[in-house]
Amino acid sequence: MPALQIIFLIAAAATLISGIMVVTARNLVHAALWLIVSLFSVAILFVLLEAGFLAAVQVVLYIGAIAILIIFAIMLTRRVMQDTGPQTNQQWWVGAIIAVALFAALFVVLRQVTYPEVTTAIPPDSLKALGNSFVDPNQYMLPFELASVLLLAAMIGAIAVAGDKK
Amino acid sequence: MDFLKDPVAFIAKVLSDLLAAFLPAPVVSVLLLIIGVVVVASFSLVLPLFLIWFERRVVGYMQDRLGPNRVGPEGLLQTIADAIKLMIKEDITPYGADKVVYNISPVLAVIAVISMWAVVPFAHNIMGTDLNVGALYIVSVGSLGTLAIMLGGWASNNKYALLGAFRTVAQLVSYEVPMILSLLVPVLLARSMGLNDIVKAQEVWFIFLAPVAAFIFFTTSVAEVGRTPFDLLEAESEIVAGFHIEYSGMKFGMFFVAEFLHAFTVGALTAVLFLGGWRGPGAETYPLLGVAYFMIKAFAGYFLVILMRAALPRIRIDHMLDLNWKFLTPLALGAIVVIALADKAIEPWLQTLQPGIAPWARGGVLLLANLLLVLVTYLLLSNSARRIRRAAERGASGGDAEHHDEHHEEAHAAPAH
Amino acid sequence: MLDNWTFIGLFLLMAAIFPGVPIILQSLILGPKKSNPVKNSVYECGIETVGDTWVQFKVQYYIFALVFVVFDVETVFLFPFAVAFNAVSLFAVFEVTFFILILVAGLVYVWRKGALEWV
Repeated sequence: MPALQIIFLIAAAATLISGIMVVTARNLVHAALWLIVSLFSVAILFVLLEAGFLAAVQVVLYIGAIAILIIFAIMLTRRVMQDTGPQTNQQWWVGAIIAVALFAALFVVLRQVTYPEVTTAIPPDSLKALGNSFVDPNQYMLPFELASVLLLAAMIGAIAVAGDKK
Repeated sequence: MDFLKDPVAFIAKVLSDLLAAFLPAPVVSVLLLIIGVVVVASFSLVLPLFLIWFERRVVGYMQDRLGPNRVGPEGLLQTIADAIKLMIKEDITPYGADKVVYNISPVLAVIAVISMWAVVPFAHNIMGTDLNVGALYIVSVGSLGTLAIMLGGWASNNKYALLGAFRTVAQLVSYEVPMILSLLVPVLLARSMGLNDIVKAQEVWFIFLAPVAAFIFFTTSVAEVGRTPFDLLEAESEIVAGFHIEYSGMKFGMFFVAEFLHAFTVGALTAVLFLGGWRGPGAETYPLLGVAYFMIKAFAGYFLVILMRAALPRIRIDHMLDLNWKFLTPLALGAIVVIALADKAIEPWLQTLQPGIAPWARGGVLLLANLLLVLVTYLLLSNSARRIRRAAERGASGGDAEHHDEHHEEAHAAPAH
Repeated sequence: MLDNWTFIGLFLLMAAIFPGVPIILQSLILGPKKSNPVKNSVYECGIETVGDTWVQFKVQYYIFALVFVVFDVETVFLFPFAVAFNAVSLFAVFEVTFFILILVAGLVYVWRKGALEWV
């Protein structure tokens, strides 16, 4: 088995296992830490797909910004040292059935897709092409500008909800 | 191939010839990779031993006293003595601390700093690895350090550590914004994110092309390390030792080493991004000269960091955050816009010039654009300062009765100046 | 390109081992192990700790992290543009200026709302 496949299997297993640990950890901060492990494994998967820029962006944004935001929220709103409430409620079996059914449906659908194997190499200046596509009027200029409006809306919404203390 | 012209390839070839005798080829290449990793990682871990001595001596001389000069020749073995002392201390874990997180946090802090050295170019062919997203990689591992501090503060089960950790993370997270924005400027000028490409593009050092961005990057990186004047992280007189109150022994030693190495890394990154890295006369043909130039420039940056520590007082947290969000971030955004516009506007004109003077012409125009930005910033700041001063004088001298006169006074005063 | 990232991966592993060795050495092997309740108690300027360890919720911490997230995303959008700077036109620079101006408007809003004060 080639080394690339071994690394992929390890990264995928890490993503799944840490994902399970996120939802089953008793301590909320531990759950946030498992989330960080999961996000880091996704970054490794990006590297395997030769998308180095996206891997770096994943670490910068998800782990460096969003995970810190989540940890702030957890630490500031609960007394996490003693937080050991019940992990499940009475209808947990309904959730389990739905989750298994959803997984089965996705599995069946994904099996029917034929994945063509890409044999052409990725062009070395893919990053330059990405940058060009952001500002080219024929490509993704409009979504690029709309993204900034979306960020503005997010900032204003957050301040409107959280910042009205005066 | 020559050892002088290409040291790394020469050594790699010698070693691979040696090892190919009794190991298969893929194992040899992996082994060479591991040896390279160990060399770079050891260099970056051994360097703090010298850096700590250097800093203590220099700070001592700045404060008109001798630094450590007893242990070893000129006190060079002082750091080793301190490390031995930390090694044989007892490991005290506070009651109720979260064991796993408490132990991971110092290791994560060191990982965050050492990993930056994997992409720093020492010479045009001596570096850890020439990553094509080197600049963003440095930001990403820097953010791991922020995470380590927050986890360390929380895991200590101590109110002061938690409070210190929150303030620290608020500071680090705020100062990352202008740092990343000013990091964008060399990437813009060099048209590439790889650090080696950025150094190769500096025929004219970028500090002359973008002094505003250099100033912002240096200042915000010093704030990221947590050095005076931004050292609320460990303000001894205020919150004891901040987030590392409960750490003792080698765990504290690791935080300590991470801080000093990070301070030197700031100097090294400023040298790479703005001072031309390994560039100098003869660096292309003899890479070891390139290494020497790089180390001289990095130590010059580190000396500036030490000078700031010895000379400046600590600034208050609300002043610090105001400085970041109300001054540095808009200035960094303005610098990006000005430099992008200027660089794009003069591109057709530059192509008509001779290749010899084109970089200098570009440097001159961009320097002028930066000076214009500085002038506009100064005018805006002095205007707002004048308004604040005027309002304070009115408030102090008049009281409520003169409130309705304020508008008249300001309207009359403005045209007079 | 994968060679570069393999180096980085090995580097991160080595960077995890290098500080781990002195810490394990000190805490498990070299250091004395005479713990008593007074030594292990949490530091509170010389007195006993009162109450649980928690910090009063101040919304400022959260707002700074939030504004940081927005500006981080914006900067990450600008990096590919910076790399492709040779191939874009002057009009594209105006587009990016517009992009930055929209977010500067957001910063001004947050500033004027007083959410950047540390009280």
